[in-house]
Amino acid sequence: MIRKILTYFTFPIFFVWLLVISYNSSKRKPDSVMELFTDLSWLYDWPKWLDIPLMKWINDGFKVFNEKYGIYFEVINDFLLGAILSLKKFLIVLPWPVVIGLVVAVVFFSSGRKIGTTVFVGFCTFFIGFLHPKFWDKAIETTSIMIIGIIICIIIGIPLGIAMSRNNKVRNAILPVLELMQTIPSFCYLIPGIMLFGLGAVPAIIATVIYAVPPLVRLTDLGITLVDTEVIEAAEAFGASPKQKLLGVQLPLALPNIMQGINQCTMMALAMVVIASMIGTRGLGDEVLLGLQQLNVGKATEAGLAIVLLAIVLDRITQAYGKRIQDRNKPPE
Amino acid sequence: MSKIEIRNIYKIFGPQPNQVLSMVQNGADKEQVLEETGHTVGLDNVSLSIEEGEIFVCMGLSGSGKSTLIRHINRLIDPTAGQVLVNDVDVLSLDDKEILEFRKKTMSMVFQRFGLFPHKTIIENVAYGLEIQEVPEDKRKEIAQGQIDAVGLQGFENQYPAQLSGGMQQRVGLARALATDPQILLMDEAFSALDPLIRSEMQSQLVDLQSKLKKTIVFITHDLDESLKLGDHIGILNGGRLVQVGRPEDIILNPADDYVKAFVKDVNRSKVLRAKTVMTKIDKFDTSGINPSSTYKYDEDTFIEDLIPRVLKNRSTIEVINKAGTTTGYISSEELSEALTQTN
Ligand SMILES: Nc1ncnc2c1ncn2[C@@H]1O[C@H](COP(=O)(O)OP(=O)(O)OP(=O)(O)O)[C@@H](O)[C@H]1O
Ligand SMILES: [Mg+2]
Repeated sequence: MIRKILTYFTFPIFFVWLLVISYNSSKRKPDSVMELFTDLSWLYDWPKWLDIPLMKWINDGFKVFNEKYGIYFEVINDFLLGAILSLKKFLIVLPWPVVIGLVVAVVFFSSGRKIGTTVFVGFCTFFIGFLHPKFWDKAIETTSIMIIGIIICIIIGIPLGIAMSRNNKVRNAILPVLELMQTIPSFCYLIPGIMLFGLGAVPAIIATVIYAVPPLVRLTDLGITLVDTEVIEAAEAFGASPKQKLLGVQLPLALPNIMQGINQCTMMALAMVVIASMIGTRGLGDEVLLGLQQLNVGKATEAGLAIVLLAIVLDRITQAYGKRIQDRNKPPE
Repeated sequence: MSKIEIRNIYKIFGPQPNQVLSMVQNGADKEQVLEETGHTVGLDNVSLSIEEGEIFVCMGLSGSGKSTLIRHINRLIDPTAGQVLVNDVDVLSLDDKEILEFRKKTMSMVFQRFGLFPHKTIIENVAYGLEIQEVPEDKRKEIAQGQIDAVGLQGFENQYPAQLSGGMQQRVGLARALATDPQILLMDEAFSALDPLIRSEMQSQLVDLQSKLKKTIVFITHDLDESLKLGDHIGILNGGRLVQVGRPEDIILNPADDYVKAFVKDVNRSKVLRAKTVMTKIDKFDTSGINPSSTYKYDEDTFIEDLIPRVLKNRSTIEVINKAGTTTGYISSEELSEALTQTN
C-alpha cells in the first residue's frame, strides 16, 4: 500500500523537477520568481519560459553521439550507398527489353506458370516506361532502394518473428515496440535517418526498414504460432531437435504467412520511398513532388500512375509466390 | 520390471499448477478444482505398469485425460508431480539431448487428428522419423515404401495429405509410426476416423502385426468394443482418475464402479468372455450326465460366441482343453446362460 503511494508520488516530483529545470534554463524567464505571484498574466497566455528544452538536449546529445559513433554510421552509409548504386547500375545498364523479360520470367515461374498474371504484369512493366521515357530509370532507382530495404527487412524481421514465436517474454517485449512503430505517422520515420545519414537514399532506406518491418515480424510470428500443435507434437515425438523442427516444419508451414508479410513489407516500402522524395531521395516520388510544386497536374498524375503500375508489378510478384505455396498446403477440395 | 511404469502422476493445467496440487492430492475432484481455482485436472494420481509385448488399452469418455496420459510416456507433456519409467529409465531425468535420443530410439506415436505434415508428400511423411534419424535417403525411401504398401496406400506416395480422405490419412499416420520400427507404439485414437469396415480390418491387422512383432502398444480409444478386441489389459479413466485396470473379462465381470458399469452395460459378452473364464472346473463338474457322443472339444481361449450354436442347438456339452490338450473344464447350457445374463 505504502509502496503504491510512494510510486504515485514520484510522478509529481518528477514533473516539478522538469518544470524547475525548464524554468532555470529558459532565457526568457522573468527577473525573479516573485514576479510570477504578483503579475498573473502568464496564466492567460502560455508563458515563454514554460518550455521544456528538449530540442537543445537532443541536439547536444546528438552532437556527442555523432562525434563518438559517427564513424560507424559512415561505414553503414558507404555500404548501403554502394549496394544501392551497384544494383541500380546493374539494372540500368541492362537493355530495357531484357529487364521486362526478367520480370516476366520471374512472375511466370513464381506464379506457377499462370499465363494471365504473367502477361498482365508484363504489360504493366512496359507501361511504366511507356508513360514517360524518363520514368524507366526513375522506377529502377526506386526499385533498387526498395529491394535493398526489403532485404534488410527480411534479415531483421524474420529472425525477430521467430524469436517472438519461441518465447513469450520476447514477444511481450517486442509487441509494444511494434505497436508504437505502427502508430507513428510514416513521415516521422525520416527523422532518425536524416539525423544519422543526412539527405539522400540511405536515410530513405532506414525509414523504409523501420516503417515496413513490423508487418513482417508480426506475420512471421503469427505464421509459426498458427502451425497445428499436433503437427509440431508429431515432429517432437519422432525426436526432432528444435532446429529440425523450425527448419523442417514450422518455417515451411509458416511460409504463406511470411510471404504475405514480405508482400505487405514491399507495399509499405514503396509508400515510404515515395514519401522519402521529400528528403531528396531520387526516384518516381520526386516526379510527383515536382509535378505538384509546378502545379502541373498532368505530370503529377503521370508519375502517380507509374507508381501504381510499379506497385502492381511488385505486388503480383510477391503475392503469386505466397499463393502458390498456400495452394500446395491446401489443395482444392 | 515392466516396460512402462507410471507412478503417481498428477497433471494440472493452468497458470499455477503447483499451488493447486495439494488440493488435488487431498482428494478434491475435477469439478471442484475447476470451480474454485480455474485449473483443469488432467490426471489425478495415475499409476500403471505396462508389460513388454502387450497391448494396453486406455479408455474413457471425452476429456477424461487419455491423450494427456499418453503424452507423458514420451514426455510431450511434463507431469506436475510423479514419475514415468520406460525401460527402467526415469524419463523426467533426461536432459534435452537425451530426450531426443530416447524418442528416436524407443517409441513413435499415432495422433488423434493425424498430425501429418501438410507440406510433405505421403512418402516423405512416412519417412520422417527415419529422416530425423539421418538414415540415407534411398534406404528410408525403401522402408517407407514398404510401410505404405503394408497399409494399402500404394499409388499415393507423391500426393499430399490434404488430397487423401480421413481414413487414408490415419493409415499414413500408422505407417509413419511403424517405419521407425519402435519398441513402443503410442496410438491416440488411431482408428477413430475410419469407417466400421476398415476399422475392424485395421484392428485385425494390428492384432496380426502384434503377434508377429511383439511391440508394446499403448492404445487409446473411447470405444469399448475396440478396447475389448485389442486389449491385453484395459485401464479406464474418469475425470483424470484411473478407476479400474484389468483384463477385459475382469472389467466385464467385475466393474469397479457405476461409471465402468455404465460403460460395459451394452457390451456383447459372448464376444469377450472366453471358454476358460466361464467353464466349470473339471473337479467340480458332475460328469455323470454327459453324453460322450455330443461332447465337443474346444480350446480354452475360444470366445463363447463360437460355442453358443453348438450348445444351444444340439444340447451338447463343451469339453474345454488347454494348449497341452488336457481337459480343464466343461461348459453346458447352464454355464452359458449364467455367463451371458450375469448382472452386477
Ligand atoms: N494444453 C491444455 N491446457 C489446458 N487444459 C488441457 C490441455 N490439454 C488438455 N487439457 C484438459 O485436460 C483434460 C483431459 O484432456 P485430454 O485431451 O487428455 O482428454 P481425452 O481423454 O484425450 O479426450 P478426447 O477423447 O476428447 O480426446 C480436459 O479436461 C482438457 O480440457
Ligand atoms: Mg484425446
